[in-house]
Amino acid sequence: MTQAEHKKEELIDYKLISWHFYAGIFYIFVSILAGLSYSLQFLQKYPFPGVEFLSPGRIRLVHTNGVAFGWLINGLVAILYYIIPKLTGHSVLSRKLSYLVFCVYNVLVVGCVIGYLAGKGQAIEWGETPAFLDPFIALGVVLLVINLLTPIFKIRAQKMYVSLWYAAAALIWTPLVYVMGNFLPQYIYPGTSGATITSMYIHDLVGLSVTPLGIAATYYLLPVVMKRPLYSHALSIIGFWGLAFFYPLNSAHHYLFSPIPMWTQYASIGVHVVVYTVVFNIFATIATDWKQLPDNIPLRWIFFGTLAYLITCIQCAVQVTLSAQSIIHFTDWVVGHSHFVLFGTFSFWVTAWVYYILPRIWGVPLYSLSLARWHFWLSALGISIMQIDLLAAGVMQGMMWKNLVPFIDSVAASAPFWWTRTFSGIMILTGECLFLVNLYSTWQDSKRVSSGVLQSQTV
Amino acid sequence: MDFIEKFSGVFLIAGLFLFFMAFIGLAVVPVWMVDKVEPRQEIATSVPKLYLDTYSDVETYKAALRKGRDIYIAEACWHCHSQYVRPTANEELRYGPVSMPGEYQNELNLPQLFGTRRVGPDLSRAAYKKSNDWHYAHLYNPTSVVPQSVMPSYPWYFEVKDGVPQPKEEAKALVAYLQWLGSSVVEKSESFASYIDNPLPPKE
Repeated sequence: MTQAEHKKEELIDYKLISWHFYAGIFYIFVSILAGLSYSLQFLQKYPFPGVEFLSPGRIRLVHTNGVAFGWLINGLVAILYYIIPKLTGHSVLSRKLSYLVFCVYNVLVVGCVIGYLAGKGQAIEWGETPAFLDPFIALGVVLLVINLLTPIFKIRAQKMYVSLWYAAAALIWTPLVYVMGNFLPQYIYPGTSGATITSMYIHDLVGLSVTPLGIAATYYLLPVVMKRPLYSHALSIIGFWGLAFFYPLNSAHHYLFSPIPMWTQYASIGVHVVVYTVVFNIFATIATDWKQLPDNIPLRWIFFGTLAYLITCIQCAVQVTLSAQSIIHFTDWVVGHSHFVLFGTFSFWVTAWVYYILPRIWGVPLYSLSLARWHFWLSALGISIMQIDLLAAGVMQGMMWKNLVPFIDSVAASAPFWWTRTFSGIMILTGECLFLVNLYSTWQDSKRVSSGVLQSQTV
Repeated sequence: MDFIEKFSGVFLIAGLFLFFMAFIGLAVVPVWMVDKVEPRQEIATSVPKLYLDTYSDVETYKAALRKGRDIYIAEACWHCHSQYVRPTANEELRYGPVSMPGEYQNELNLPQLFGTRRVGPDLSRAAYKKSNDWHYAHLYNPTSVVPQSVMPSYPWYFEVKDGVPQPKEEAKALVAYLQWLGSSVVEKSESFASYIDNPLPPKE
């Protein structure tokens, strides 16, 4: 290791990164358990019927928000704490601030869960965080952004690596999107006018926050784990600017055929083709040495995540047309799509990072490759079954509604699909259990060997 | 063209400029349009016939509507029930007249409750489709009136007196809110009871 590399290592706070990952892994476990019990309600087999604080409607909030804010944001922020100092050569503004934000953020996540169970959720999709906690969350996000943008700002005169474009843009978009979506429809604009803003919020939170952060993480990790350069720099430029230009313009598609002005609904049929550049770039890089796939654990998670990203992007382009919306909107199709986006794509990309970085932080190799393979196949098969199952259910429900079948018959006809969904959920949960066992055993190993970066601050 | 790979291009143009362009085009302008064309409305000007015995004056009725709306949000009803009728997929036959922007310009839609999923049917035309008693029985135990229903039960809004569950204030407020949904439209057109998604007769 050269002296320059050594200096860069000192900029990174590995303890903070591992804390963020531990919190995230805890929340994904809670979220999957919540989702699984919620799915039992659809089979008329809910384990806690008639218990106010565990009502399925409230548990659903724990499931969706736990995945998005507990697991994905914790994981993606941990990744930012790693790649930003690495790529800029500067430390974050203040390490104390990092720990403060970590504590405040995770206290808020727990506060939100308690709020949901007490019936204090807010009626804004993906922004259900209780209204009285929203100002604190906004403040926490602003502090996080200041902390992480400082090192990027210090190298403003130089050209930056593609991961930093996505990171810098996402860091400015996130607070803007959050404030826009959580305050304007709640306090100022009712009904139809509020819905134009809410639909923009739902779309932008995924498109301008989770997506760029996920792509930033993957564009960094892919060349590192493959020890190969990224396939094309030009494609990166097209992909980034395509996202920045087209994504915000795509925002009305959550309320097509609703009373919001029709021209905003036409505007939502934008071009999704640009995101394929990202997919092509990643696959072309993997194709330069695809024989690494079987044995390189982080790489296979990146590979499947990118495959899922491609599939969801093709779906997006179809879904935002009015004719497709006429049938599939309000059905399980949408549920299947969002599971494939948040679990199939982004959770897979973040999991690749966990497999890459935690053993390095602990200074030992992964405890079991075979457990990691089981985790991968259970997750990949589980989410694929869930996706196909829910898409099919969605088309069936949409057709039944259009053909004026009594509503309850469409519910009864969905039962086999909902059973399949629960079983695929059990597969995913089993995979996560193996993941925990594997990580715990690796951590046990590390206690016997004291060469981890936490001790020596080197990788 | 170096700026597209530098902080200036990424942060200022992609991050701020393009975002605010989209925000103005797809949020500020449509919001301004809707607000201009459809002024905000009162949620009720008098107590409806159904509630003359329950609520003495319009203010207590409005307070009940607000409370019912809050329970609708607290229990996340809006995750499984939408609140707009689309001009497609035969929805105007199933539910009632297609939703218009003005219907939603009132304080009970702050925040809006359009919803994005229908595990259960749309509720924007729920007013007077079913009786209050049907709603109480349905909230207390949905499968007692619709055997195949997957809706959760809400027994904590009821208290059992002499072995018979009676609705608490919260349940009454929630049902008042449900009977209000679409009531401004039903007064103008015929009763929604003629639409297809009418109560199924309970199975013997």
